[in-house]
Amino acid sequence: MSEHVDSVKTYVLVFLGLIFLTVATTAVAFVNLGSFSVVAALAIAVCKALLVALFFMHVRHSTKLTRLVVLGGLLWLGILLLLTMGDMMTRGWVGVPGR
Amino acid sequence: MASESHVNEETLALREQFDTAAQQKDASTLGMWIFLITEVMFFGGMFLAYTVYRRLYPEIFAVASGSLNVYIGAANTVVLLCSSLTMVLAVRAAQLGKSKAIVLFLVLTLILGGVFLGVKAYEWNEKFVEHHIPGPAFHLEGVAPDQQGHAQLFFSLYFAMTGLHALHMVIGAGLLGMLIWQARKERFSAEYNTPVDLIGLYWHFVDIIWIFLFPLLYLIDRHMK
Repeated sequence: MSEHVDSVKTYVLVFLGLIFLTVATTAVAFVNLGSFSVVAALAIAVCKALLVALFFMHVRHSTKLTRLVVLGGLLWLGILLLLTMGDMMTRGWVGVPGR
Repeated sequence: MASESHVNEETLALREQFDTAAQQKDASTLGMWIFLITEVMFFGGMFLAYTVYRRLYPEIFAVASGSLNVYIGAANTVVLLCSSLTMVLAVRAAQLGKSKAIVLFLVLTLILGGVFLGVKAYEWNEKFVEHHIPGPAFHLEGVAPDQQGHAQLFFSLYFAMTGLHALHMVIGAGLLGMLIWQARKERFSAEYNTPVDLIGLYWHFVDIIWIFLFPLLYLIDRHMK
């Protein structure tokens, strides 16, 4: 099998990165960033998820088809969130006659 | 191969629809990812419900989030990340065909998963004692009487999301137990380790869900306290 085996060092470095980001997200939550707080929290969470997916879940060694499936799935999640929030956030914009 | 005569012949066999063992393994990996994508959509619905209600009641959600213990949550996140490290090391041991190391790392993963669930049970019990379980006895300090229902929404989402996450952990623990049993019988080798690899994907996926749950549930506007 021509499987790619990563070194233990790589995994430990990724793990330390994840721990650092966990401490960072906790610390940054205590700082008043206004509405930017949630952006910072989600940005850090996305970085952590990327580290786990790329290294621990071997996405960086995976086939193009697998990557396409992963991206396709996230696209559908994006549609779910984007369209629903687009509706929620714009409901008050136009008055509906009779309401 | 002579030294691996104990390897189960059936697991090494190439199914007739595949040309090579590598192709067979790629197909299994792809199938697992498609399952994980359905899980993303499953949890996605709950993350969406959370986003809608947090947008409607941001102040109430901040107060309710403040009642959770952020240090326990952060410590539990670290425990789960440790379990992901031991899981990936188990997968690596499987790729190298080291049966003893597979068992060791899988047992460590199982123990860390158990610690996470234990801490979670402690947190849930605390919420129960404090009357933060949605229902007739619900009461959250610092929230006006007519806003209690909105605070219940936060805790409904909290219990649904952490509960389903914990259920996935319990299923994962069961799968780990099965893997440990199989690895002890030396069923896995450098040539055949697909189950370890796929359950590893599942375990990391559950970790990613928690990576999003932790900041969204525990860390709303902490600076206000």
